[in-house]
Amino acid sequence: MSDTTEATEPARSPSRRALLGWGGAGLALGAAAAGGTVAVVKGGGSDAVPAAESGAAVPFHGAHQAGIATAVQDRLHFAAFDVTTKDRAALVQLLKDWTAAAAAMAEGKTVGEGAYGGLAEAPPDDTGEALGLKPSRLTLTFGVGPSLFAKDRFGLESKRPEALVDIEQFPGDNLDPARSGGDLCVQACADDPQVAVHAIRNLARIGMGKVAIRWSQLGFGKTSSTTPDAQTPRNMMGFKDGTRNVDGTDTKALDEHVWVGAKDGSDWMTGGSYLVARRIRMHIETWDRTSLQEQEDVFGRDKGEGAPVGKAKERDEPFLKAMKPTAHVRLAHPDSNDGARILRRGYSFTDGTDGLGRLDAGLFFLAYQRDVRKGFLPIQRALARQDALNEYIQHVGSAIFAVPPGVRDKGDWWGRGLFG
Amino acid sequence: MRPVRTSVVTAAAAVAALTAVTGCADKSDAKADGAAGSIKVTATDSSCELSKNDFPAGHVKFDIENKGSKVTEVYLLFPDDRIVAERENIGPGLKQQLTAEVKAGSYEIACKPGMKGDGIRQKVTVTGGTAAKRNPALDTAVAEYRKYAQEQADETLPKVKVFTDAVRAGDLEAAKKAFAPSRLGWERTEPVAESFGDIDPKTDTREDGLEKGQKWTGWHRLEKSLWADGKIGQDEKDLATELDKDLADWQKRVGTAEITPTSMANGAKELLDEVATGKITGEEDRYSHTDLSDFKGNVEGAQKAYELLKPVAAKNDAALTTELDKQFGGLNTLLDKYRTDKTSYDFTSYDKVSEGDRKQLSDAVNALAEPLSKLAAAVTK
Repeated sequence: MSDTTEATEPARSPSRRALLGWGGAGLALGAAAAGGTVAVVKGGGSDAVPAAESGAAVPFHGAHQAGIATAVQDRLHFAAFDVTTKDRAALVQLLKDWTAAAAAMAEGKTVGEGAYGGLAEAPPDDTGEALGLKPSRLTLTFGVGPSLFAKDRFGLESKRPEALVDIEQFPGDNLDPARSGGDLCVQACADDPQVAVHAIRNLARIGMGKVAIRWSQLGFGKTSSTTPDAQTPRNMMGFKDGTRNVDGTDTKALDEHVWVGAKDGSDWMTGGSYLVARRIRMHIETWDRTSLQEQEDVFGRDKGEGAPVGKAKERDEPFLKAMKPTAHVRLAHPDSNDGARILRRGYSFTDGTDGLGRLDAGLFFLAYQRDVRKGFLPIQRALARQDALNEYIQHVGSAIFAVPPGVRDKGDWWGRGLFG
Repeated sequence: MRPVRTSVVTAAAAVAALTAVTGCADKSDAKADGAAGSIKVTATDSSCELSKNDFPAGHVKFDIENKGSKVTEVYLLFPDDRIVAERENIGPGLKQQLTAEVKAGSYEIACKPGMKGDGIRQKVTVTGGTAAKRNPALDTAVAEYRKYAQEQADETLPKVKVFTDAVRAGDLEAAKKAFAPSRLGWERTEPVAESFGDIDPKTDTREDGLEKGQKWTGWHRLEKSLWADGKIGQDEKDLATELDKDLADWQKRVGTAEITPTSMANGAKELLDEVATGKITGEEDRYSHTDLSDFKGNVEGAQKAYELLKPVAAKNDAALTTELDKQFGGLNTLLDKYRTDKTSYDFTSYDKVSEGDRKQLSDAVNALAEPLSKLAAAVTK
């Protein structure tokens, strides 16, 4: 939705990034240039196969959590949890259990003792619907919300990072508390929706008695990619979205805009990131009755090619002043926001239709950044005030999470830096 | 609720070896290769004598004579009180036969003069063949639970009569007041009640659970008349009498239910499932909104089964029983928020419970039901 990642430099040539090391996992992942197909390559580039076909596994362990700079998968199941236990030790044990289950599922393995073959009198540990499916590039990304740091809960008050702000209510927001907030979150992304849903379902089950799902969101059709060489996906409004998102192989941009640095405060967050999740409902029917000219004016790009106003090609440098002052791209552009960039990996959603027969659809916006105060907040303040798109969208859910650094090895677990 | 399953789950491993075919007099001509002649059972008003206390496994025949002045009945029972075979309504001075296929193991014979109570008991031993291993602690648990199920039925009938009398008297307010209390015993032992596939559809079906052509009878039909229609007619009075009759049938058959340690454990989980699917949504008592009373009954019944199995489960999986104690405590504490008097079953009307509070109740039910689903494994280890 917010086209905030318009790079000021031209898109780099595809050949450059065939074999770049990716993330902290020490694994070479790259985007194959041919046909713009995303590919996952283990240890080299010579036998690259399209990721969706390879069903490959993304390494779970590493310096950063998978699921942020990782090439965006096709499907999402995102869940926010309330912590219901008051027992710190029980919560810590859950995080260890979750980590073990997540590592197994990322490898395409079952949880615990598996989905069958155990005691006939007891339900199996694994729910079983992912049996026979490939890992499908499943990534599970864990975060902690501000409410977990509240006084008199787990003694974490002093560990709350300053960058983990309480997001203000923006003009036009119509936030539903039942779709907002959460003490913990897990983002499951995979190329197969069943694999993503299986992962959240099993984590929720393991968590019963300690945590309860507060809300969750399914997503399909990624609306931005972290592999700019691939074809830019389109959002539910039919426009290309994420033309110049932060490239998952651009370590300089990632270090500058996405990963929390050692000197940013809150040591336990070094190598992590901050995630903002927004459920953005689109008024699909009114948008569909809007003239093409207005649609293009609203975004500041044309609908077919995705070229900025007055330019011919999608990746041509936008001339912001040629756009209307209320154009979405103009307002969201780094040049309009002191260079602010965020890494987006949002998804389209549709939850069927509402009681009035309107498509309950839109964008589930997910943005990672080094500091929300320099990323999402200034951009969204500008958009909420002036964006012409506001006539066609409404923010109905909102949450923020501190996403810790990666789980380094088998002895490590989600949140160890915070609770350890 | 309509039963999802047709009978309480049987622990195949623990019980298959012991399963005996209940026989009747018409089987007396079956091959009698195992038993050396028949066993004489002489019953009086105060005694129950056997011609022998141990006999070989196989087809066993009992020749019963009632020398007392009361109508009696004779049971062959497993150590957990489950019935192997029974003969009812033996009038004074009458002779009857009882036959059964019996495997090796320990059993009891019970004569029940006046057809009441636990009866006069004799231990018998059946030898030969393959004897199944039994855990006495689990036999005790099953016997205790069977007793509990019977007590619940016995105590429920008078409470149901208060309700049905009020209906028959056309007293709307008294009937409304007696509705929820009349259901408690049933709710506490629902998996046992549902194991008799024919009773539950007559007593506890909701309107949307009816099959095509099925006449709607039972509690929820009367609930609708009392709360939604606000009137009692002749139909309702007749239905009240039918409810008495159907529940008397339940009371009479409760003792014959197939109960095993595993079915107790999974029955406890099923009680929570009842809550999770029917009560949390307010569907169960949609006219009276007395769902929380049923809810409490389900939890109490589950807790009873759990407490009886706990000595065995704690040995096999101490972490599980610790967690279950905690979660039962948590759910009960939460439920107490919805009643002012902790000795009463007068709970907040469910239509007054907010969405947020329903979510909290649902989370607590999940927190208990998930570990409870592991209880069966812990007792069969």
